[in-house]
Amino acid sequence: MNHGFLIAAVIFFPLLGGLVGRMAGFHAGLARLLAATGAVLGGLAGALLSGDILWHGSRTVVTWPWFGTGYTLTLAVDPLSAFFLLPVSILTAMAAIYGAQYLGFHHHTGPAGVGAAGAASGVAGRGMVDPANVGLFASLLQTGMVLVLLAHDGLGFLFSWEVMSMAAFFLIALDDANAENRSAAWTYLLATHIGSAFLVLFFLFLGQRAGGLTFAELARATLSERAQALLFLAALVGFGAKAGFMPLHVWLPDAHPAAPSHLSAVMSGVMIKTGIYGLLRALTVLGAPPVWWGWALVVIGVVSGIMGMVFALAERDVKRLLAYSSVENIGIIAIGLGLGLCGRATAQPAMAVAGFAGSLLHVLNHAMFKGLLFLGAGTLAVTTGTRELDRLGGLFRRMPATAGACLAGVVAIGGLPPLNGFLSEFLIYVAAFQGLLGGQGFAWLPSCLAIGGLALIGGLAAACFAKVYGIAFLGEPRTQGAAEAAPPPALMSFAMITLAMLCGGLAVVVPVAVPGLAPVLSVLVPIDGQTLLLELLRGGALLRGVLGVAILLVLLVGFLAAVRRRLLAGREIGQTPTWDCGYAAPTPRMSYTGSSFTQPLNDLFEPLRAGTVDRPALSGLFPAPGRLATHPADSFVGRLYTPLFTGVETLCQRLRWVQAGRLQVYVLYIAVTLLVLLGWNLW
Amino acid sequence: MNLLLEGLLVLIVLTNLLMLGSSRLGVYIRAGALQGVGLAFLFFTGEGGWPEISITGLALVTMIVKGLVFPMLLFRTIRQAGVRREVEPYVGFTASLLIGVAAWGFATWVGGRLPLPGIIRSDLLVPTAMFTIFTGLFLIIARRNAITQVLGYLVLENGVFTFGVALETSTPFIVELGILLDIFVAVFVMVITLFQINREIEEIHMDTSRLSTLRD
Repeated sequence: MNHGFLIAAVIFFPLLGGLVGRMAGFHAGLARLLAATGAVLGGLAGALLSGDILWHGSRTVVTWPWFGTGYTLTLAVDPLSAFFLLPVSILTAMAAIYGAQYLGFHHHTGPAGVGAAGAASGVAGRGMVDPANVGLFASLLQTGMVLVLLAHDGLGFLFSWEVMSMAAFFLIALDDANAENRSAAWTYLLATHIGSAFLVLFFLFLGQRAGGLTFAELARATLSERAQALLFLAALVGFGAKAGFMPLHVWLPDAHPAAPSHLSAVMSGVMIKTGIYGLLRALTVLGAPPVWWGWALVVIGVVSGIMGMVFALAERDVKRLLAYSSVENIGIIAIGLGLGLCGRATAQPAMAVAGFAGSLLHVLNHAMFKGLLFLGAGTLAVTTGTRELDRLGGLFRRMPATAGACLAGVVAIGGLPPLNGFLSEFLIYVAAFQGLLGGQGFAWLPSCLAIGGLALIGGLAAACFAKVYGIAFLGEPRTQGAAEAAPPPALMSFAMITLAMLCGGLAVVVPVAVPGLAPVLSVLVPIDGQTLLLELLRGGALLRGVLGVAILLVLLVGFLAAVRRRLLAGREIGQTPTWDCGYAAPTPRMSYTGSSFTQPLNDLFEPLRAGTVDRPALSGLFPAPGRLATHPADSFVGRLYTPLFTGVETLCQRLRWVQAGRLQVYVLYIAVTLLVLLGWNLW
Repeated sequence: MNLLLEGLLVLIVLTNLLMLGSSRLGVYIRAGALQGVGLAFLFFTGEGGWPEISITGLALVTMIVKGLVFPMLLFRTIRQAGVRREVEPYVGFTASLLIGVAAWGFATWVGGRLPLPGIIRSDLLVPTAMFTIFTGLFLIIARRNAITQVLGYLVLENGVFTFGVALETSTPFIVELGILLDIFVAVFVMVITLFQINREIEEIHMDTSRLSTLRD
């Protein structure tokens, strides 16, 4: 297959679709169609390219000299790029198909309160949001991500990184009539540029040592231990800000609700993974890693995973909750990377291979189920008019296809067998246990931390998504909006069902296809191909065992369902409220809410959160009516960033007098500066 | 010694001092025009006789733009705005003159120490250029009226231009042309903006200090 053509297609199809779609902005439907077509064609080309490279374990390089500038852009697809290109292609295509109808959705405004304001911001096609702009920036985001994965020189990488980051900024700021969205966009811009600053440092410093900026040249740089450590830290902050490592995650929960849902899916499913890709790419050029890099990533991963879930449990806004869950999953990926690095540094190939393979697979898996869940959240927002979990309910019977797809999503994201989320987490567990078995000295410490952390994260995630699914889809509708919800149109359902089937499909394919990861892993774990393949085969055998048990479980569930059906056959099935202690007027609003469902866990983690609760003062035998309100908050924002930025602002306010507002004074500043410099130079 | 060159430089210094000590806008504009024409003549003071055709063209364009076009534009503006004088400058006219003398001293000191490529044809050339730049900056800083600001900018550019003449061997023709175009566009835009501002806010009488209410 012609790789040059595919590379051009994967870059230019989305771009072309977005630009032509923008020009066709006079007709909203046409604009959406063109943008979606470009994105889907680009995604198709990307999937083909990625599949071909991964299948053959080959590598393609395209150089593009920019005449007159002395700069040559190097684009290359190697197995590592190709592996990340796969989820990017699939998810952007699915999101584009979904978006073609989602953007045209007209819905009634939900009831007042957080829900209404929140729903409005998450739904495109209202207010100032022009669908043609959505298509344009979505295509720029897609092209930017693809270029990030393909660029194989520092300058091209930084440029692509910026294109991707800025496209995401405009997508977050689309509905800028809403103050929350503006604030989210600024937070994101600040976070992403702090990250970019570190990346510029990283590439310039390394490039100076290496005498060139292409990745091949960077890898040849000779680095002292100190330089290596500093570069690793720069990469960790720079890429971690994009990936959402704690405490650099604060932009995520604000940004994802602000963007249209199908693009939240893209951002959360794949854009933040470019941070992981960048980190892996940095590891390939930094030489042999010391063991503390692995420890650092394990600690970051455990903190991100646990804290992400602690915040997610308390959230009521579905999209914010999903954003925190992305932080948690990035944490799991980081744990895998950390264990892989530990294994590599301590020469334990089994641990290294399982750790890296687990975290790579989790990248792929998370893209599928998180993309699916964001599309599901978007569907709920537009069909019910609210994103607030506690206002939903009873949607299973109203939109069975969406409910079925989302069920697959929550099972997968909760890390439960038989779906794909369990498999990648299982491989990471395998890596941790390998570390326990084979290490010397303190090598057991990160493994123990990882096992304990993963177990806690898994439990919390299962609880959290039981809450999401139970509250949204089961029971009775709590509000008018939820009661009147209708199933989404065909393309939206198609995208969600396809992703759900991919979650299931991956669970079957992965145990068999794990040895196919060998070319990807060979750049990360420099051991001989034989050992690598052997370890992967062992991992695959374990996963096939898991798959077998999972299939048995599915059969058992199917059998039990059949038994239940049989037992109920011929009986009358009615519906009635649960026993309510004789209360005369029960309503669905009195059923369990998400907040009450997770209250025990929330109380347990209270010291870690910064949430507040307004409790009514109840006294006497017949107390007056009262209201209870809980306000979930991010303790990193409340305890770290707000004091920090308030302090900076106070300092800056003290310099306000400098800005006098008179032209003359400003020119005076310039003149005095110049004269002082002149005099100082000539003295 | 090149009598024409030195004479022109003295003319430029004197016009600078005139602008520092005057309060009437008409004087500013005429002094600026005179300075511009004097600058254009600097091109003809080279040792090698008549300069080449491109330099001649540049000199002619300079003369027309600075000697005719700018004064006409500026006079039209003050006629339409009905302003004749600089009122209440931040630095008084006598004090300005004294500062001007000090600036001349500083410029001479700088001129003596500034390392420059090539041979400078007159000891006065660099100090004059520096002094003109300082004068321009000072006019922008110390005066309120918008027309004076524009004039200050012009004078500043004249100083840069003089430098270009001093370094004529090392400054390409295209740079000189670029500077000229730059000033032309800048003055054009400034005059139009002034006219618009004046029409919108009738009572400000081109007092730029009122613009500070526009800051955030």
